[in-house]
Amino acid sequence: MAQDLHTKSLTQLAAGLERGDFSSVELTEALLGRIEAHKQTLNTFVTVTAEKALEAAGRADAARAAGDAGVLNGLPLVHKDIFCTRDVLTTCGSRMLENFVSPYDATVVERLASAGAVVLGKTNMDEFAMGSSNETSYFGPVRNPWNLDCSPGGSSGGSAATVAARLSPAATGTDTGGSIRQPAALTGTVGLKPTYGRVSRYGMIAFASSLDQAGVITRSSEDAALLLGVMAGFDERDSTCINHPVPDYVGALSGSLRGLRVGIVRQHFDEGLDESCAAAVRESLAVLESQGAILSEVDLPNLDLSVPTYYVVAPAECSSNLSRFDGVRFGHRAENPEDLNDLYCRSRGEGFGAEVKRRIMTGTYVLSAGYYDAYYLKAQQVRHLIADDFRKAFADVDVIAGPTAPTPAFKLGDKIDDPITMYLNDIYTIGANLAGLPAISTPCGFVDDLPVGLHLVGPHWGEETILRCAHNYEQLSSWHQACPEEFT
Amino acid sequence: MGSSSWEVVIGLEIHAQLATDSKIFSGASTVYGAEPNTQACLVDLGYPGVLPVLNEEVVRMATKFGLAVNATIAQRSVFERKNYFYPDLPKGYQISQFELPIVEHGELFITDADGNEKRIGITRAHLEEDAGKSIHEGLDKSTGIDLNRTGTPLLEIVSEPDLRSAGEAVAYMRKIHTIVRYLGISDGNMQEGSFRCDANISVRPPGQEELGTRSELKNLNSFRFVEKAINYEIERQTELIEDGGKVVQETRLYDSDKDETRSMRSKEEANDYRYFPDPDLLPVEIDAAYIEKVRETLPELPDAKQHRFVAEYNLKPDDARILTSSLAVADYFEAVAAATEAKAQVTANWVIGDLSGALNRDGLDIVASKIAANDLAGLLDRIADNTISGKIAKEVFDAMWAGEGSADEIIDAHGLKQITDSSAIESVVDQVIAANPDQVTDYKAGKDKLIGFFVGQVMKETGGKANPGQVNQILKDKLK
Repeated sequence: MAQDLHTKSLTQLAAGLERGDFSSVELTEALLGRIEAHKQTLNTFVTVTAEKALEAAGRADAARAAGDAGVLNGLPLVHKDIFCTRDVLTTCGSRMLENFVSPYDATVVERLASAGAVVLGKTNMDEFAMGSSNETSYFGPVRNPWNLDCSPGGSSGGSAATVAARLSPAATGTDTGGSIRQPAALTGTVGLKPTYGRVSRYGMIAFASSLDQAGVITRSSEDAALLLGVMAGFDERDSTCINHPVPDYVGALSGSLRGLRVGIVRQHFDEGLDESCAAAVRESLAVLESQGAILSEVDLPNLDLSVPTYYVVAPAECSSNLSRFDGVRFGHRAENPEDLNDLYCRSRGEGFGAEVKRRIMTGTYVLSAGYYDAYYLKAQQVRHLIADDFRKAFADVDVIAGPTAPTPAFKLGDKIDDPITMYLNDIYTIGANLAGLPAISTPCGFVDDLPVGLHLVGPHWGEETILRCAHNYEQLSSWHQACPEEFT
Repeated sequence: MGSSSWEVVIGLEIHAQLATDSKIFSGASTVYGAEPNTQACLVDLGYPGVLPVLNEEVVRMATKFGLAVNATIAQRSVFERKNYFYPDLPKGYQISQFELPIVEHGELFITDADGNEKRIGITRAHLEEDAGKSIHEGLDKSTGIDLNRTGTPLLEIVSEPDLRSAGEAVAYMRKIHTIVRYLGISDGNMQEGSFRCDANISVRPPGQEELGTRSELKNLNSFRFVEKAINYEIERQTELIEDGGKVVQETRLYDSDKDETRSMRSKEEANDYRYFPDPDLLPVEIDAAYIEKVRETLPELPDAKQHRFVAEYNLKPDDARILTSSLAVADYFEAVAAATEAKAQVTANWVIGDLSGALNRDGLDIVASKIAANDLAGLLDRIADNTISGKIAKEVFDAMWAGEGSADEIIDAHGLKQITDSSAIESVVDQVIAANPDQVTDYKAGKDKLIGFFVGQVMKETGGKANPGQVNQILKDKLK
């Protein structure tokens, strides 16, 4: 029986543990075994925390025996290596933090642990979450379980590939421009980015503070709802975390789509979107319609400005956020510096990879005297326009649906030398970050044997609606249950 | 042209450390003097993933200051990041306020050299975090970093370029110092760096509207240094211009040992700080109700107290100003004044004169005075009721300061009680007249000034205890 535990969803595993079909230690051992077998091939992990995981599983089993089981008691998951984990390496995919052991836990880590979750390890990611292919990681690219020559997307590629390959039923991720949803789409998993301010950013290494939001990658929307309920909620350590009640997300999944107003963005189906992907998304929309959803077209007139806006705002914030990595207190320090300047230049020069440097340079430039108004200030104005477009659209619809990414997974090496093409991979997802909206990607088909995602965006605090919509769709489709052949 | 032919223009940026228990964006303690790096938490150290959370107390303190200087309190102010690299700046940026500060358009009044009241505009006051400090002493060829001070809350108070001399600059700085201490928002301790300033200085020909090129003097941490540094800088600039040179815009440091300023960095070398709103912090929003609540907590301010002292106690304006320049001194004065029969001006004279002198001599603050307000009142009562003369009172004061007891105890123990019995004084006067026939003759011949000689002789005979007024009167009667 223990052999097929990895095929089960988080919700199924929770029920199994509750029934006593298996213990958390058995489950953890099974998954650690799979991780051991596949981690080399996929390169999804920076750190596997086997010993700590087994200890936690033991504690969880004891707690259950004592009738003191939390919501996630004994359930395994993995953390993107951007979340600080006490006494565990926290690298952010960078040489800069290659040896950084965090002295504290991120709020997300803390909350999931308090609910009884068992952490199997820390997943590989694009360096400092800057990338859409996982190729910027200092620890090498992650491979897509559906095709090992392909990228799993990024930056939460390690988390997505881990879940897709059934090495863990769930993973945390972070999403600044699509970093949860795009890899979810490219690996056939479910990826949820909550409303900005829904989940605390404390302990999540900052890339672009006004856009970063923690979320999850799972095998189903039901599992995403289960985890979000634990992660969400006010945290006094994050001033941008909003004190808004946390609803019963799992409870909100039930209910039909009858009368749900689904907006289709005309611009989403313009040039740039792969024809076959477009067809898959259209078919999924037809499924929603068959369940009573009312489809209509909505206009997001400034959508084409979202990528350039993002690539001003995000680098600006990152250029400042990453200044703390100076070789003085933690992280990589150059050897034998001649003077202070040499210490800074070489520590940062050696510690950061090319994409991070590119964004720091871009960000420094757009904030510089004489350029600030033309770039940063203008981008902030456009950001308001984009948010306003969404606000207007949500006056008429409950959900905005479309493709998550313009193409299925691309080959490793294909786009890494062409930043602009790479950046355009996030064209459909970036808007939700700029406007702070919740969004989810759920599998909706295959193109050339590679998964394609359906993207659903909700209004602020609309997590229940998009989760219900995705969950309903998943009840009528089996895309999210498909498993890459080598990982069954 | 001498330097008097130039108009001096000065603006000050004062950094007042706010007296909060914990830091502006973290829960770490702000107590001064702890072992290096023992009062810096992960937020202060700028660890990956940590976030700042604003200490509400600093908003209340800044609001209090704004109200005290008749300023506008911004309904919405914004924290921004000032980006630059320095080892004592852990995050690589300082969180400060830039475009939208919490306090704007304030004012205060100083007394200028001619004794006139002069208005000095306060452009703005904004909240920011302090950096840590670099330590060089005792470290061979390396620099140590102490991050205890990192994140300590500062209120930076920026004046308009309304100051026209080093004296005015000092008067303004003293006034701000007085105000922040009255408000209890800063301890104003200059040795510990809790109160320090940068001065922007330029000169221009009188009548010229355009400002001259300025230099900025950094980190002046005493009133005396402010005065000396500014005067040095005025002289340097005027000499430079008169010799056909040009002032360059630069930041200069004052070296108090050599009493000179020297260039630190030029405008070209200046950092581009790349300010932008800190996305980790929400704008600070303050409503009218909050402002009114803070207003209710305002104490009587120095100017109001000074005016009241003149009106209520009938003090000389200058004395009222001196007494109210420190809340503790003003409180002490009022405590004495309430407990004594002596005239308020006499009380003021004693507080400003003998008491201040003794405090200065022993390096004590008035709250640690060796003579409590009640005890000083006891001494002044004995002058008022003619038990002792003012002169004897000084002796008694010294004995009180030395801890010998209350005024009454000392007067008794030393037998200092004044002789007011007319017959006793008359007999001494008679002896003195008899012993100095020549002087009596001269006095009677019109040498009026000799009265002082006779008084002196009588006082000498009585050990200073005779009532001077009575002695005078009796002498004049007997020498007619």
